Amino acid sequence: MVPITTLHYLVVAAALFVLGVIGVLTRRNVVIVLMSIELILNAVNLNLVAFSRMWGNLHGQVFAIFVTVDAAAEAAVGLGILIAFFRNKETVNVDEIDLLKW
Amino acid sequence: MNPAMNSALNSGMAPVATPWFFYVLAALAVASGLAVITRRNAVHSALALIVTLLSVAGLYLMLYAPFVAGVQIIVYAGGIMVLFLFVIMLVNIERSSKERQFNRMWPVGLAAACALMALFVSAIAKGNKLLFPDRGITLPEGSNTQEIANMLYGEAGKMGQYTFAFEIASLLLLVAILGAVIMTKKKI
Repeated sequence: MVPITTLHYLVVAAALFVLGVIGVLTRRNVVIVLMSIELILNAVNLNLVAFSRMWGNLHGQVFAIFVTVDAAAEAAVGLGILIAFFRNKETVNVDEIDLLKW
Repeated sequence: MNPAMNSALNSGMAPVATPWFFYVLAALAVASGLAVITRRNAVHSALALIVTLLSVAGLYLMLYAPFVAGVQIIVYAGGIMVLFLFVIMLVNIERSSKERQFNRMWPVGLAAACALMALFVSAIAKGNKLLFPDRGITLPEGSNTQEIANMLYGEAGKMGQYTFAFEIASLLLLVAILGAVIMTKKKI
């Protein structure tokens, strides 16, 4: 059996990233769109940690922790916006969110 | 990484995790990632996302990053996903699970995602040995958390390489907390 290289991790991360992009671009439910963004951020984290292993230093892992911080902040603000919007329009569908459309 | 450690790893200290672990975790991550974007019920999507996060944490462990794996489990699977589940309970999932699940532009989105996948495939295939050489470097597992702490907080009274960025990140979290609280208030 072939040993696991950096390339294997890159393929997995690319698959997760594409799944997240599909979710963001096609789903209607805002909650699932936000979850797809988490999927994308996880793919990026996996790449960072894999490259950290490849180069033998820890910069990639530190960056992965910063990306996690960003994901937490983004989830909190995004879900706050979602709740505020749901209170106003009683819907969670992205194609019905057009209050700013002129 | 010094060559002595490399040779020591190559000679006797073979990692416990076999390639099978990688394939099982990767298949689990991709399969549940697929479930996240296809399920009709948002709660099922959230549970599938937890499975993805846990298997990615397992992949981090295979990459000798135990601290990042722990952060992944505690912050992502423990914190962010609870937040998601709370919000799913607050908004009306009964109605939205009976509606159309994909927006009208879904063929365009799918085509764009396929183009992105083709880009990834060509990049990985082209840069196979050139950009991503398999150097066989193994990070020291025992001191991982301490090394990360030295980079984030600094050591021996000196500022670390990422101390400033760390402070900025804490400021970002403060702003996010304030934003979330103000956003969900009924009357500002």
